[in-house]
Amino acid sequence: MSSLSYAAPTSVDDAVKLLAGASGLAKVLSGGTDLLVQLRSGRLKPDLIVDTKKIPGIIGIREENGGFVIGAATPGAEVEAHAKLKAAWPGVVEALDLIGSTQVQGRCSLAGNLCNASPAADSVPALYAAGAIAVVVGSKGKREVPVEQIPTAPGRTSLAKDEFILEFKLPARPARASDAYLRFIPRTEMDIAVVGCGISVTLNEKGVCTAARVSLGAVAPTVILVQAAADVLIGHTLDADTLAKLDAAAQAAAKPITDKRGTIEYRTKIAGVLARRVAAIAFDRASGKTNGKAH
Amino acid sequence: MNYIASDLKVVGTRPIRPDGVDKVTGRALFAADTRAAGMLWGKIKRSPHAHARILSIDTSKAMALPGVKAVVTAEDFPDIASEEAFVGEGPMNFRDLALNVMARGKALYEGHAVAAVAATTQAIADQALDLIDVKYEVLPFVIDVEAAMAPDAPILHDDLFTAGVTPVPTKPSNIAKVVTFKKGDAEAGFKDADVIIEGRYTTQPVHQAYIEPHACLATYSPDGQINIHASSQGHFMIRAYTAKLLGLELSDIRVNPAEIGGGFGGKTLIYLEPVAVALSKKAGRSVKMQMTREEVFRGSGPTSGATIEVKLGAKKDGTIVAAKQVLKYQAGAFPGSPIGPGCMCGFAMYDLPNVDVVGYDVVSNRPKVAAYRAPGAPITSFAVESAMDELALKLGIDALTLREKNAAKNGTKTHYGPTHQNIGFTAVLDAVKSHAHWKTPVKEGQGRGLAVGFWFNIGGESTATVHVNEDGSVTAATGSPDIGGSRASIGMMVAEVLGVPAERVRTVVADTASIGFTHLTGGSRVTFATGMAATQAAEKVVDDLKRRAAATWEIPVDAVEWKDGKAYPAGSNAGAFEPLDLAALALKAARTGGPIAAEVAVNAQGAGAGFGAHIADVSVDKETGHVTIERYTAIQDVGKAIHPSYVEGQIQGGAAQGIGWALNEEYIYNAKGQMENAGFLDYRVPVASDVPMIEAVLVEVPNPRHPFGARGVGEVPIVPPMAAIANAIRSATGLRMVDLPMSPPKVRAAIDAAG
Repeated sequence: MSSLSYAAPTSVDDAVKLLAGASGLAKVLSGGTDLLVQLRSGRLKPDLIVDTKKIPGIIGIREENGGFVIGAATPGAEVEAHAKLKAAWPGVVEALDLIGSTQVQGRCSLAGNLCNASPAADSVPALYAAGAIAVVVGSKGKREVPVEQIPTAPGRTSLAKDEFILEFKLPARPARASDAYLRFIPRTEMDIAVVGCGISVTLNEKGVCTAARVSLGAVAPTVILVQAAADVLIGHTLDADTLAKLDAAAQAAAKPITDKRGTIEYRTKIAGVLARRVAAIAFDRASGKTNGKAH
Repeated sequence: MNYIASDLKVVGTRPIRPDGVDKVTGRALFAADTRAAGMLWGKIKRSPHAHARILSIDTSKAMALPGVKAVVTAEDFPDIASEEAFVGEGPMNFRDLALNVMARGKALYEGHAVAAVAATTQAIADQALDLIDVKYEVLPFVIDVEAAMAPDAPILHDDLFTAGVTPVPTKPSNIAKVVTFKKGDAEAGFKDADVIIEGRYTTQPVHQAYIEPHACLATYSPDGQINIHASSQGHFMIRAYTAKLLGLELSDIRVNPAEIGGGFGGKTLIYLEPVAVALSKKAGRSVKMQMTREEVFRGSGPTSGATIEVKLGAKKDGTIVAAKQVLKYQAGAFPGSPIGPGCMCGFAMYDLPNVDVVGYDVVSNRPKVAAYRAPGAPITSFAVESAMDELALKLGIDALTLREKNAAKNGTKTHYGPTHQNIGFTAVLDAVKSHAHWKTPVKEGQGRGLAVGFWFNIGGESTATVHVNEDGSVTAATGSPDIGGSRASIGMMVAEVLGVPAERVRTVVADTASIGFTHLTGGSRVTFATGMAATQAAEKVVDDLKRRAAATWEIPVDAVEWKDGKAYPAGSNAGAFEPLDLAALALKAARTGGPIAAEVAVNAQGAGAGFGAHIADVSVDKETGHVTIERYTAIQDVGKAIHPSYVEGQIQGGAAQGIGWALNEEYIYNAKGQMENAGFLDYRVPVASDVPMIEAVLVEVPNPRHPFGARGVGEVPIVPPMAAIANAIRSATGLRMVDLPMSPPKVRAAIDAAG
């Protein structure tokens, strides 16, 4: 029988060495909420698991240059409990908070969600919209990578065998800037997104959008950034015409498949619906109005 | 004796549930919790193909793997003859069950068992499964019910000829049976109608989704005695099926009932036990088997999916003059869909002069269906109650009024034969009319739906014993697995008869060697039938106690009265004696005739039919198609609620399962006929936040055939929800949803199609 090795290194260097030296399949473990399920189901049979949670700094949140740095393995529950982060990036926090149950929230992490590379991951569209930067470590040292360059295909990332994500950087927020995330699921919780949408906007004093990033989940092989949808928002208030154009841009960008979770036709329509709804929440938040989170 | 008009002290109260503490603290022993010294792990190799001829099975590599102790295939089981079985719930053939437990010659659905192994660890067993080399000839398959009925459909069974048609067919067919029921002259009735409604509805197979996967532990001793631990809805059922499938005597098998983690009908047949016994016999060690959730979906039976056509004809005043139904039920890989009840239950709520019903039992390449709560009734009622809503709209008559006008009453002759007696449907409809939910105007943007439902409920064979222990406490034992609160209800009825508090009576489920035969827990029969046996056993104990008191006092037995758990002299003429309670009489038992115990076996008749009416308020997100249940009320005639909390729980549980059936549950098959969503992530039963508080309203029209007036309560509540929700969606959107589930994509598509 094949055997499975487990290691929990206490430094980045040790972790990188283990990964670089592994023969066979090595997997990085953060919270394990995807990895353990894949192991149990037999879908994945790794030879080595490198648990990163003992690496200093990989769990925790700190402020830096007006922005935030979130350790890659920081559990969802800890992120949800961080009031300042939540005020600055409510979309990122609500997206991560949608993953799994209360129990899963004690473990699930941004890095795991991103590197599992599912197009339906909830926190990933929000990270794309936020313009988050992943700090990647490996044998060649440290590099900073925009999150949208990490997933390359379902289950695949651009990370080398000896690389993993140490932390995420969220930039400083100008005034009148906020974000939001919504997903659509057939039930009310404990489900995988049929479509997800994250939008981050900055407004001027008149409520006109000056910067925007729009992303969609579960409508392409990876989460996608939709520049055309962002372009629709920039230079406009969120009037009926802008909403209609946003809907159309989102639908045009959506290239979903039909599978057990949704059809091409339905997912495309919902991409437009969600884009409008998420934009409304993000604009409200950016202009200081309260707008609650999804479900 | 009959206690319906009596002043009851225990029955109708809400004592703490007897199984509660063990279950919430994790102590309750379910089938998967049992272990034996040196036990092996048994696992099943399943067909990846929807339909395939098995050309060969080579087990040599698996047997050669260290740790593997036994491998079995169909060759290790007797090739038994076709024989009708009346062991479970609904029709069954022993040979079909044998072929379902282990495929012989052909695999008939993806997930069909083709071999099994027993090994020292689960990992080795898994590895051994991969080493079993099965050669298949893949055959064309058919999944959908109407496609399976087509003349050119792939045929599953060369020896299956449609029953119920003349002349007797000479070509095999996937249509196992045609069932017809006629009353009056439907065609003439339709000619007489002012308004006619016609519709075609489809439902999807839905799984019972019990939280506990099938599991068992079997030990074959060298002397031929067999012990089985398993959870099921009937350990006598396990014994009967296992014995027949293995060619054994019933007395060689002892089945111990484990606590059951849900059944809902799905544990009224077996999958693992004969395999575990065969493996244990071959390996000489105990064998434990437990399915994964994926195996439960791929290998065990849901209820049927179906196509149902309904036609109703009515006069302008709402009087229905003719009704017609054509029902096509999927049976899965072997005959035996609940087409019979399907044909009976749809129109059973109404007094109809002219009825014409035709039903088809159809096999296709899916897991063999199993019973599921009121088998067949929810499917047919979705169609009929949706059509009733359309009829009410077309006539401009209120949905409740239309049902009141046509409601079945005592003396109504059903289209399938029997005449309704002692039913409480009118009382249920009265309760709808007077309920705050029905009287409250529908909220802006929401819609409201009403639907009613019927289930026969059954009685049958049960054995119960009541023992007065040496200290005067009481033990009641029955052969009925407790899937819905029967330990509580039986203990309470015994306590009421004995005149002691509920807590003085402990009720246990006795194994097959420790109590007389008892039919399985199904058909909502246990509180009715086993309760009747237990009540009578308690009465025999009371008679005995009175006799003992009379002997002690040296007075005639009829001069002794039993009241509040004590024997009293019946009057001043009887003499002045201090009353004797259970403890006092138990203390003297040795001197008054020995241990105090009674056993009663009954074949209970007269299970009162049940009727329910559900009111659903929904809102519909017109952009996503998502339906939210905003308010839900379930009203039901329960005869007499022995333990009202359990009864309310049954009604809430049935409604919640119906909500899942209505909105999201379905099997998704790929182009190869393989199930794509064999897990709870994508087979979407409702989560807690999908279901509102379900208000259960108990209407009590006593069933005079039961000592306390009880009727079965567990099945009726799953009958109305699908139509109640469909009717509410119609009310909210103007759209008639005719295909289940009414999932967001379907609702959105209907909205788009309507423009």
